[in-house]
Amino acid sequence: MKKLFLILGKKVLAFFSFLGSLSTLAIQTFYWLFIPPLKKERIFEQCKKAGMDSLPIVSLIAFFIGVIMALQTAYQMQRLGAEMYIGSIVALSMVRELGPVITALVVAGRVGAAITAEIGSMQVTEQVDALQTLATSPIKYLVVPRLLALCIMEPLLTLYADIIGIFGGYLICVNKLGVSSGMYRYITFSALLYKDLFTGLFKAVFFGMIIAFVSCYEGFKVEGGAEGVGKATARAVVTMFILIIACDCFFTALFYFIFP
Amino acid sequence: MIEIRELTKTFNTHKVLDNLNLTIEKGTTCVIIGRSGCGKSVLLKHIVGILKPDSGQVFVDGLDIGRLNEKELDNLRLRIGLVFQGGALFDSLTVGENVGFGLIEHTKISQKELLERIEEALSLVGLGGIVNLTPAELSGGMKKRVALARAICIKPDIIFYDEPTTGVDPITADSINELIKSLHDKLKVTSVVVTHDMKSAYRVADKISMLYQGKIIAQGSPEEIQNTQHPVVHQFINGLAQGPITETLEEFR
Repeated sequence: MKKLFLILGKKVLAFFSFLGSLSTLAIQTFYWLFIPPLKKERIFEQCKKAGMDSLPIVSLIAFFIGVIMALQTAYQMQRLGAEMYIGSIVALSMVRELGPVITALVVAGRVGAAITAEIGSMQVTEQVDALQTLATSPIKYLVVPRLLALCIMEPLLTLYADIIGIFGGYLICVNKLGVSSGMYRYITFSALLYKDLFTGLFKAVFFGMIIAFVSCYEGFKVEGGAEGVGKATARAVVTMFILIIACDCFFTALFYFIFP
Repeated sequence: MIEIRELTKTFNTHKVLDNLNLTIEKGTTCVIIGRSGCGKSVLLKHIVGILKPDSGQVFVDGLDIGRLNEKELDNLRLRIGLVFQGGALFDSLTVGENVGFGLIEHTKISQKELLERIEEALSLVGLGGIVNLTPAELSGGMKKRVALARAICIKPDIIFYDEPTTGVDPITADSINELIKSLHDKLKVTSVVVTHDMKSAYRVADKISMLYQGKIIAQGSPEEIQNTQHPVVHQFINGLAQGPITETLEEFR
């Protein structure tokens, strides 16, 4: 029994110390964010890596999710003869929930893992130390552009995923379930409110921050060569997934109560 | 002048530096010798303020590293060039961008002047025409030289070399020794070389210090070190398996 508490206690303490270190990194990053100069090319480069290069995979996944949502909803709705409302369900779940979360998970796996591996390799080959000896803050040089890029690209990708997902649902409903094209569009737009879009995009920005901070933090913490980089990358992806889902749950509940 | 006073650093439970005292005079080349993993690189990282000591102080030209703020520390770092063991070149940048990194980040010099400075630094280390290559395309010896070019491009007063001849062939090693000597003569810099390559130590040093169990146990000119009576130093410089240094043997028993 005592052993169990010891193990549990250690885990809890480790988690809080992790959150502490992550917050320290976040505070330092926000500090460096406002210290000029801010090199635009570096941010553009990261935007391209995080955003543009993620478009194919985000398109594919969002499209399939839209199709799947439409089909699964149809399974129930057809019994009620309410196929025309599939559009509103697809639109709302895409915009409020699935768009932001799916995009964040894809970006965490694709971009976040790459950031951890890159910074981790820089750490083990002393490139991070080299930055410091050249009087350049690794946070300013490495974290700030990645944070900005992810905070800009995450909501844009989410918006894009929303549209693609709704389009997937549209194709199924119009071609297979006999809903007219005009009806689907009308139902979709009348169901969506600005607050739905806002809550989704707000979450996306926050997820972008989680991805940037966790991936950079794990990268800086790497020790011990290639194996260390591998372990850190795995840990970073798991941590990002957990934090994204946990924050999503928190924000969904929060928005449910403040914007009823 | 670099002055290290009672520096102590512990990693986990292992005391790497233990009340270490060392003074390096301006304009001299000081070689610090010691076994692999004895804390030589750790010592260098304390002097540039990348690592913070548990206790003790480091003074560079009278400035206490531990008391400087971010900006003052950065200003000091721009006067110091550090050549890392593996080069530590930024592999996302080209050779030119690597060499000019300090200037690109911290000065507003024109593109033309920047290119001139990069070419100048590269030609000092005997390289040319590789500005647009990436570090991945270079051999080990070339990487070390590019790293050296990056360190001298900011025109430092002090250059640290972390095992400059480790892992390169004997001919390249000798040319790197030549370079260290000629840079010292041409640029009048203070050099600190950390190595366990005794041949290189004798070639470049004005003064050799030996680091053992976290302390400087011997100090002197190359001749003095060569003719030492100190049993530990004697064993080390002659590369003998038998002697007072026995940790390796004990570990594997």
